[in-house]
Amino acid sequence: MKESEHMSVISGRETAVSTPTKRSDRKKTAKLLTWVTHLGAWVPLAVLIGEYFTNNLGIDPVREILFHTGTTALVLLVLSLAVTPANIALGWKQVIPLRRPLGLYAFMYVCLHLLTFVWLDYALNLAFIIDGIVEQPFVLVGTAAFLLLIPLAITSTKGWQKRLGKRWKTLHKLSYLIIILALIHFVWLVKNVYIEPGIYVGIVALLFLARWNPVKQKLLRWQRQVRAKLKNS
Amino acid sequence: MLIKKRTGIEIPSSEITPKSIYLSRRQFMRGAAAAAAGGVLVACGAPGAEPGAEGETSTMATGSSAEEGFVQEAMPGPVSSNFDELGDPLNTFEEITNYNNYYEFTTDKERVATLAKDFPTAPWQVEVGGLVNKPKTFGLEDLMTFEQEERIYRLRCVEAWSMVIPWVGFPLSKLLNEVEPTSAAKFVRFETIEDRENMPGITRSLFAWPYVEGLRLDEAMHNLTILSTGLYGEPLLPQNGAPIRLVVPWKYGFKSIKSIVKIELVDTMPQSLWMKAAPNEYGFFANVNPNVDHPRWSQATERRIGEFGRRETVLLNGYADQVASLYDDLTYDTTQSG
Repeated sequence: MKESEHMSVISGRETAVSTPTKRSDRKKTAKLLTWVTHLGAWVPLAVLIGEYFTNNLGIDPVREILFHTGTTALVLLVLSLAVTPANIALGWKQVIPLRRPLGLYAFMYVCLHLLTFVWLDYALNLAFIIDGIVEQPFVLVGTAAFLLLIPLAITSTKGWQKRLGKRWKTLHKLSYLIIILALIHFVWLVKNVYIEPGIYVGIVALLFLARWNPVKQKLLRWQRQVRAKLKNS
Repeated sequence: MLIKKRTGIEIPSSEITPKSIYLSRRQFMRGAAAAAAGGVLVACGAPGAEPGAEGETSTMATGSSAEEGFVQEAMPGPVSSNFDELGDPLNTFEEITNYNNYYEFTTDKERVATLAKDFPTAPWQVEVGGLVNKPKTFGLEDLMTFEQEERIYRLRCVEAWSMVIPWVGFPLSKLLNEVEPTSAAKFVRFETIEDRENMPGITRSLFAWPYVEGLRLDEAMHNLTILSTGLYGEPLLPQNGAPIRLVVPWKYGFKSIKSIVKIELVDTMPQSLWMKAAPNEYGFFANVNPNVDHPRWSQATERRIGEFGRRETVLLNGYADQVASLYDDLTYDTTQSG
């Protein structure tokens, strides 16, 4: 996490002097958001299990499970990437603690995705799996994204954050590369109709743009103006 | 254990598992317990291969209009075998009619059936012309006068999944012989109907509609190449390309063009819709070949719908004995143009 970074972005610019009630409101919101995140992250898995037991996985269940787990992982990665922009553009500090669970749940779904690939799709047949990874660029890219996620998941704890110090932040910048690999993975696997992956590419492009300093400064200024106006009215 | 491997061993017909068991992939998915129960069912289940054995009658409803009556009448009846010649079981009617690549309706394979439900397939005409001595427009009733026979074929999609389908139809050569291709004819060009009113997927201008496919004349004349009018002894449903479609079992599925309205004998290689959409990915020949990968994915293995795990893809989809002589090695290539 990059709490320190975000605090510095905001510090000194907060116009309001927090009253005790406001502070406790914020705490409540933060708690609620955490609950929503934890519950929400399990919903896709619950849906999948429900579909399995009610025979609603369709004609090609393996493909459906692959798609379901992959899409969920991608959405969670995008959400974790949206935390910083949400803070920049809307001043939602409360969302910052959500980045860690979002990232970890994304990792969980990536693991389920990979498990589906090697077990349900390729039946643990090593020769087939090797061909499936090496001969398929989109799988190669997806595998790379998975491997890069491992150190991030391991070092996501407070202890590792302290131990690594400044290097922690650098290490976790890998998440940008991971999302790009995940998008390439998606774009390369579809058969010539790029609407759905295109939507994700567009959203991620906007989330990247919001981090670019000129845009970031504009967003911050705009956010302050809106807040000031709201306060005056 | 969810993984089930099937052998290619020939099974005597007396031991054939009733289709009602194969119809239910659900039991299959429940794993070992269900498999054991299935074994019991084999012993006490009544043999027979009527479609609808699992209460699917409602989904099998075919048009009751007079125009479609003769299609029904021409059908040869229930399937003759529950297996292909390699001993692999047929895919279920439910699987075959609910998992369709038919982009004119939608790119979502499992929604084609719903969207194509009311697609009008009668009256229907197929215009056959070009480099022929006797150009002719065939009404569906004319096409049904060709003797309808059952062909159990494997269908291997370029997306690396496959099915075994009991088609009903007749060799394309019979139709071509009737129009008499001239000596200048080298290729056959096929066109799907472009019915913008009833095909919701066409409105999105993602592709150069109508769908076009082509075969070299010798491929088109080969006995394995059929025009299909039905499957499982029933007239084709719209999602499978009703009322008449091509089936070329040794080529990737996209070559087997659906709902044909035009067949033209030409002297140059036709440009198919997929060749235009992605020339580096989809070639004219598109013969099933595990050794030539699609640029973005492997063709070495495939998932047989209804199974977990994968099978090795077989050269020319297992029809090499019959069709390998049509080609020199190079033209096996998916993207090879000549």
